Amino acid sequence: MSKLIYMDNAATTFVDKRVLDAMIPYLSGKCFNPSSIYDGAQDVHEALDNARGVLAKSLNANPREIYFTACGTESDNWAIKGVAHANAAKGKHLITSKIEHHAVLHSMQALEREGYEVTYLDVDSDGLVNVADLEKAIRPDTVLVSIMYANNEIGTIEPIKEIGELCHKKGVTFHVDAVQAYAHVPIDVVAENIDLLSVSGHKFNAMKGTGFLYIKKGTKISNFMDGGAQEMKKRAGTENVAGIIGMAKAAEIAFAELDKRMKYETEIRDYMIDRVLKEIPYSKLNGHRTKRLPNNLNIGFEFIEGESMLLALNDLGVCASSGSACTSGSLDPSHVLLAIGLPHEKAHGSLRLTISHETSMDDAKFVCDNLPKIVERLRSMSPLYEDFVKNK
Amino acid sequence: MAYSEKVKDHYQNPRNVGEIENASGVGTVGNAKCGDIMRMYLDIDDATGIIKDCKFKTFGCGAAVATSSMATELVKGKTIQDALKVTNKAVMEALDGLPPIKIHCSLLAEQAIHAALWNYAEKKGIKIEGLEKPVNDVSELEDGDEE
Repeated sequence: MSKLIYMDNAATTFVDKRVLDAMIPYLSGKCFNPSSIYDGAQDVHEALDNARGVLAKSLNANPREIYFTACGTESDNWAIKGVAHANAAKGKHLITSKIEHHAVLHSMQALEREGYEVTYLDVDSDGLVNVADLEKAIRPDTVLVSIMYANNEIGTIEPIKEIGELCHKKGVTFHVDAVQAYAHVPIDVVAENIDLLSVSGHKFNAMKGTGFLYIKKGTKISNFMDGGAQEMKKRAGTENVAGIIGMAKAAEIAFAELDKRMKYETEIRDYMIDRVLKEIPYSKLNGHRTKRLPNNLNIGFEFIEGESMLLALNDLGVCASSGSACTSGSLDPSHVLLAIGLPHEKAHGSLRLTISHETSMDDAKFVCDNLPKIVERLRSMSPLYEDFVKNK
Repeated sequence: MAYSEKVKDHYQNPRNVGEIENASGVGTVGNAKCGDIMRMYLDIDDATGIIKDCKFKTFGCGAAVATSSMATELVKGKTIQDALKVTNKAVMEALDGLPPIKIHCSLLAEQAIHAALWNYAEKKGIKIEGLEKPVNDVSELEDGDEE
């Protein structure tokens, strides 16, 4: 193994060199507290304002609607619990989908333990939420709908604009977990009727421990952390200055190159999907073929198990991910793959490859050249495949 | 979760993969729900009770492949009675340990051997001293402290 081929960008991304360069001054020389009064500190404050402005502009939001957090999970927790708590007098019903990230699902479950009611919408076999189903689920006491922009495992992009339109017609607040989508596809919070939107920095070449929550002006939400006056007093705590500056820089770079990146990643993605499905029998794409993140491939291979595929890829220097139980720390395979209707044995046999603008066509070819051999070898040791061949 | 070098060696180069035609005994344990299925084939010398050959097929993670592979190595050449002493702990020790969440794989390997022996005994109409009917769902065999 000589070269590392990183195809797990949905898990995390590498910090861009330009991002690191932008952060360094704020880790050494310019390390003043932005809440202090002297010139140096005020410069830092201004840099934070600029960062807020960059991030706001990227979503068509107002800078005062951007609240820095420590990660996507915090943004999801705050949005869901904060809106639920602030609107408890109006109602205690929330709606989400069965394929959300655990940051959303477990926040919902925490609210259920407090006495809230949650409806978990089914999705279709591509992972799409049905807007008509949502309409039926909305009740007079519904206070929040939370649907992800794009799914982290299967890459399916949800009909956010239509969902937002429905929510606004019904007077329900709409939260979107855009952790996988932000800086990978264009998002317009105004045009798409979004009230709250969660973002994580390390999914687009900023550092871990950064994120933000967009909160539309006028949205009723409780404070996340009480303390100082930071983040309009809603999320107190001295800002992660260098992290925020880096996140804004990463967003600036990503949005400047967005069209180019999307086109490039889509080309590589489609090349890989086409080759794998053509060259490996009994394989199937999970997630929607076109309403899909440009960087996501998720393919199910019958009769084999995901972790053994990951280990074989690891031996070749390829970093990938799977929906198999063995990678999740539990015995159940991915809730997303089960929700799109896969039986357990097929859910265990999925492979997620998430590429980036830095993935080369040679990398894609290398993986496509080697996958058939890996799958064939694992099938030759699989009792499920043996039974299948004997019964054919 | 880190695998030992021995586990890595056994999932990268599994020993005794395959089928045995007209095997003396075949046993399959596990289910797709938990993500691991193991099938063991035994070739037993009726006169001596010695396991002349043992092969396996496994659907599962790296640990499932490695424990199956090691189990076949441990029972090959042994008498049925000695093969029964190849417990999940013996398989684990031979592999220099397993991550806690993977202990069920070693139980599956043990049960797969028992299932193949059970099948042999049924075919022959004999009773193997000390062999209990193998279970398909090993979660009931696991101690509670492995999470």
